[in-house]
Amino acid sequence: MPRISALDMPDVPMGQLPEHLELQRTRVLCGADAPTHTEGIQYSGAYASMGVDNGLRIENFCRDFKIDVIRLTEDEMEFDMVGIDAALANAFRRIIISELPTMAIEKVLMVNNTSVIQDEVLSHRLGLIPIEVDPRLFEYISENDSPNEKNTIVFKLHVSCKRTGPRFTVKSDQLKWLPKGSELEMETGVKSSNKKKYTYFSCSQDTLPELSSKPIRVKHDDIIIAKLGPGQEIELEAHAVKGVGKTHAKWSPVATAWYRMLPEVVLLEEVEDEMAVELVNKCPVKVFDIEDVGKGQKKAVVARPRACTLCRECIRGEGWENRVALRRVKNHFIFTIESVGQLPPETLFTEAIKILEDKCDRVISELS
Amino acid sequence: MDPQPEPVSYICGDCGAENTLKQGDVIQCRECGYRILYKKRTRRIVQYEAR
Repeated sequence: MPRISALDMPDVPMGQLPEHLELQRTRVLCGADAPTHTEGIQYSGAYASMGVDNGLRIENFCRDFKIDVIRLTEDEMEFDMVGIDAALANAFRRIIISELPTMAIEKVLMVNNTSVIQDEVLSHRLGLIPIEVDPRLFEYISENDSPNEKNTIVFKLHVSCKRTGPRFTVKSDQLKWLPKGSELEMETGVKSSNKKKYTYFSCSQDTLPELSSKPIRVKHDDIIIAKLGPGQEIELEAHAVKGVGKTHAKWSPVATAWYRMLPEVVLLEEVEDEMAVELVNKCPVKVFDIEDVGKGQKKAVVARPRACTLCRECIRGEGWENRVALRRVKNHFIFTIESVGQLPPETLFTEAIKILEDKCDRVISELS
Repeated sequence: MDPQPEPVSYICGDCGAENTLKQGDVIQCRECGYRILYKKRTRRIVQYEAR
């Protein structure tokens, strides 16, 4: 009797994975209790015994990688990123949230505040106001740097409420940009002619070509900063500097950035008539539709798989798990970026790519 | 000692009117006669971190 290898399976075509393994490799299978096969298969020789190369090749990546922009507005973007590992998709998300620099108010010089809101709370509120300016025009300020026109933006807020009259609401449009720098003088105790200043601007910021066409202002004019009663006053100067989200969330350029894997909903058998109606009613986000097949017969079809939120309502109940398969495509990410407004979302993503590139360069130079 | 004590302005605890008092003046509001006066907040700059 000739010896036959256990791996020599005639029904398995060589050079290609059997169907169930291919499914486990490329999909997350979502059962009623928990998702399975959630991990990515990284090892290049994982399927070597079947003659399948699982390695990632740069030519294949370049051929298969794809980005489709689904929706793009002034501060929101949704796009599909196909053919990339979860680790990289997550790296982009984390970089966008915590490592892209923006400008935010960091120092508040309080001259007068007789309102009911405490100085500390008022300062904290000011810090969170988004400022519409391209952070790439500015430099980081370090501890022993003196504030100058390249690293600091100065705003003034001077509001008061009349003694006779209604209460006054201070909104963010009251913040006035001072392109020439701080107008306050440091109290030194010595009455000399050259008093110390808080900023050292060598020129006015509005003479810079990038800023002269687009003056610096707050992104939203209607953010409530404080409320003043009759006779109350706030006078302060706020200094904005460049920073990143991991230092403090006020520097994060996004409200949030997230991704989800593409849902895949497959009907394993024909779902007809009353069952079809039941299935359509089960789904709260209307993934399924009913199709007439004629002679008064109906059948369920998967119409909007992208809307699926993986609530698993459709596979709840006796036998439903055998009729409907819920899966996620492992290398297809639906990425959403909600910009706060300093930079448009598409620029945020390209900047994130540049930061990841810099990080890779640093690793390579450290290794070589 | 200061040669010329500067007049300091206070705020009335009742009507909120501003009163300027010199050394030796009676502590009483000129508008309403209330006897509790408050010192104004300093004009000196206080620096805060916006965090």
